[in-house]
Formats: sequence, C-alpha cells, structure tokens
Amino acid sequence: MRYKFPSEEWVRVFKDELNKNEIYAEAAERWEGDFLFIITPDEELEKEMVFYVDLWHGKCRDAYIVPDRDAKKTGFIYEGPYSNWKKLINGEIDPIKGILMRKFKLKGSMSTIMRYTKAASELVKTASKVPTEFI
Amino acid sequence: MWEFTSPRTIMFGRGALEYLKEIEGERAFIVTDKVIRGLGFVDKAVDYLKEASIKVKVFDEVEPEPSIETVKKGTEIAIDYQPDWIIGIGGGSSIDAAKAIWILYERPDIKVEEISPLAKLGLRKKARLICIPTTSGSGSDASWAIVVTDTKERRKMELGSKEVVPDVSILDSELTLTMSHELIADTGFDALSHGVEAYVSQWRNDFSDALAIRAIQLVFMYLPRAYRNPDDEVVREKMQNAATMAGLAFSNSHLGLVHAVAHAMGGLFKIPHGRATAIVLPCVMEYNLREAMERYSEISKAIGIKASTQKEAVEELVEAIRRLAVEIGEPTSVGAVGISWVEYEKNLGKLVERAMESTTIVADPRSPSTGDFRRLFVCVFRGKRVNF
Repeated sequence: MRYKFPSEEWVRVFKDELNKNEIYAEAAERWEGDFLFIITPDEELEKEMVFYVDLWHGKCRDAYIVPDRDAKKTGFIYEGPYSNWKKLINGEIDPIKGILMRKFKLKGSMSTIMRYTKAASELVKTASKVPTEFI
Repeated sequence: MWEFTSPRTIMFGRGALEYLKEIEGERAFIVTDKVIRGLGFVDKAVDYLKEASIKVKVFDEVEPEPSIETVKKGTEIAIDYQPDWIIGIGGGSSIDAAKAIWILYERPDIKVEEISPLAKLGLRKKARLICIPTTSGSGSDASWAIVVTDTKERRKMELGSKEVVPDVSILDSELTLTMSHELIADTGFDALSHGVEAYVSQWRNDFSDALAIRAIQLVFMYLPRAYRNPDDEVVREKMQNAATMAGLAFSNSHLGLVHAVAHAMGGLFKIPHGRATAIVLPCVMEYNLREAMERYSEISKAIGIKASTQKEAVEELVEAIRRLAVEIGEPTSVGAVGISWVEYEKNLGKLVERAMESTTIVADPRSPSTGDFRRLFVCVFRGKRVNF
C-alpha cells in the first residue's frame, strides 16, 4: 500500500518507520529537539504543507500535520519545495547535500546539528522508506 | 547537481610568496605561530606587503590544534585593526585559525561553534583571505574546513563554510624546507588520507576524483623521498602541490571515518593529526573494504600495484600504506605513541561518542554503528587488522 505525500497517513507511517530505524536510534541517542518539515508550494503543490515531528533520545514520540508553519515553535525547521521533497523521497537528493546545494533550508542551532549530522541525515532519509504516492 | 569551489588564485612554485607584492589593499592581518615567525617567513611576507604599500599587523599566538580562546583573542585584535586582508601563514593550525578569525571579524554576532557550511555567512564585506601553507599538509589553504579545539571538553570542532575557501593560496616550496622529518611524515600522511577519503566518498565527482588520484600518486612518489632528503626542493614542491590537490579533492567531495576517528583521538589524547591518520587509514580501509573495493582498487592501479583481483589489489594497497608508514617513521598503533590501554579504555565511550558526532561519517562508504566504532578504536589501539 502507498501513502499520499503529504498526508496525515504518510506522516504516521513515517513516524513508525523512524522508530524502526536502528541507525537513526543509535545516532540520535542523545538528541532532544523537535522539527517542522515544511513543504513549500511549487508548480505541483498549491498550498504549503507542514508536519511536526517530536524527537527524543532516538525515538519519535509524535508526528502529525499542523495547519501552518506558525502552529508550532520548534528547535529546527527543514524546508524545501514539493518537487525537491519528491526527489529526496525518491533518493535523488541526499538530505545534507540538499542543504549545501540550497535545495533545502535548515534552521536551528548549527552547533547542535553539526554534532548530529548522521542523525539528521537518517531522520530525513527515513522519508524514503515510506511507500509513497505523490499527490 | 553539485559544485566545485576552489581558491580564485593558486600561486605555486619557488618564490610564489612574492605574489604579495602585487595585491591591493590597505591593512593586512597576519595569523601565524611563533615558530614560523622565528624562521623569518613572516618578515619576508611583511616586506613584500610593504612594497605593495600595505600596512601589516601580526598575530603569532596560534598553537598546534588552535583553541577557541586563541581564535577569540585574534578576533579582538582584528576587530580593532580593521584589516582588508587576513593572511594565514603556517601549518593547518594557523590557517584554520585565520579562517575562524576572519569569520568572527566579519560576523561578531555569531559564536565559533555556529560556524557551519549549512548557514550563509556573507563574508567578503570587510576582508579577503590569503593562505600560505608551510607544511604539506592539511590542504586547508584550499578547503572550506576549519578545525578548532574546545580545550575544556577536549573536543575537536569540525567547522567550516564554502565561503572560507581562500581568495588566494600561495604555495612557495621554500617555506616548507624547514620542516622536521616528523612533520614531513605527519603532514604527508594527512594529505594521503585526504586523497583516499575523497576518492571513496559517497559525494565524490569527476573533479574531486581527478585531484584525489593525482594527489595520492604524488604522495606515493615523493613522500618517502621528502622524508629521506628534506633539502630536495623539487620533491618538496611536489608534496606541497599534492597536499593542496588533496585539500581541493576532499573539500569538493568529503572526508570519512579516518577523520572521524582521528579527530576523536586528537581531541582527547592530543595525538598530532597527521600521525593519527597514519595509524587509522589502513584500519578504516579494511573496514570499508567491501563497500569501497572498486574505488580502492582503482587507487591501487593508479599507483602501479599489479594484482589479479580487486580484493588482492586493495589488500596490496593497504599493505603499501602500512609499509609507507613504517618507512617514514610513523607509528602503526595508538599504543605505540605512549598512551596506556588503561587510559584509552577509560575514554573509549567518549571516543565512540565523538566519532559518532563527526560530520565526516555521513558520506563514508560504510555507515558504522557505535559497536563498529568501538571495535575500530580497539583495533587502532592495538594496530590489529580489521576484519568485521
């Protein structure tokens, strides 16, 4: 079964996949901090979509769609246009290279992220593990 | 899509330092250390800058593996002086310190630990950067990397930004002639590890490959000769070029587990970086064997090793690297550099933690678990071959 991206169902499955990801769990063992994943509109998506991910010591405690980017204040924001999210989920863009190539923006404490590069990379790569149908 | 970033100008060859006579500006801030200053290179640079009608101030307090405190001290002086050129002269430590000072001079609103390639800094509003390496070398004169040590936590901070790739890199082989045998060996191995890691990195590309493979070839050809005959200028020039090429290679590809492990060890035990890479490189290659076999075998072929299978080619390459280490007096285990097992074992957890936090592991061919790192650190201590 494939899940429409982005959708509440997709986010739920993403949370499950993340909690099965042992590489992530190990790399993020001491991580405390939440994320907003923001999918900005482009030719293929009309309205901005945002989902919230609560991360704690290697586990995802909760994940859900929020009405807009101001709905939750988080430690980190990973943001990019829908077409780039598609490429990321299809494995065509590496999450960290994507930031370096300005296809995604990352906001939050750089000193923290730089110590958890592997965890951040696995967090975003988990998106590729969700069987996805693009809207 | 990827990008290739390099210094705007690389001046190389004996006498390249004279390029300083041609630059335009008002005030230059030289960042260096007392040893380099004592050797007269800084005075030479100052004379050339004065010929270009540029005023100069010198900060010579950089220590090996520069600290946050040193960077902050240099920054205060730079802010007071308001230079339009920052010039790093010395080994990787002075050059990294110069880069960090430059950033904080232009951006006093950010903290050292926030320097990251993931954020825009907006440099070059106040000054530009020239790097003049005196070792061969860290490749820092051509790369975006900055390593500064948090002395309180005994941690090497892996910082950097594409914006700090220098405007000018000056490779004057004459400046490398005073290196000791030990420094030649240590910095030469650092250059080799940069080339190898760049070549097998998941972020490699045709541009980084070309530079990496040539750098590796030059190191194998000239490092032993540089070690035996430090006065041979032609050989020293080749090693200097190799170091910068390897720096360009990794800067446009990435590093890997060798640096994750070496940085962790360097921060906690103060093992000179290049020496640490000499110990770690063969072990990491054995660890990455399956994932990077084809790439390592290409390196093996490039340096003239003949083998009938890829596996044999890689095994011969690893042995060649081990032999090179012995030939130039490098240790082949951490135990051999005077660190006790008791002390090492006590810090094993911290070593693993630091390695897992390294930014270099995201692009290594193999993704290590904490268990893998633990076993790797033990192998590195004992100089044991890795077979897991």
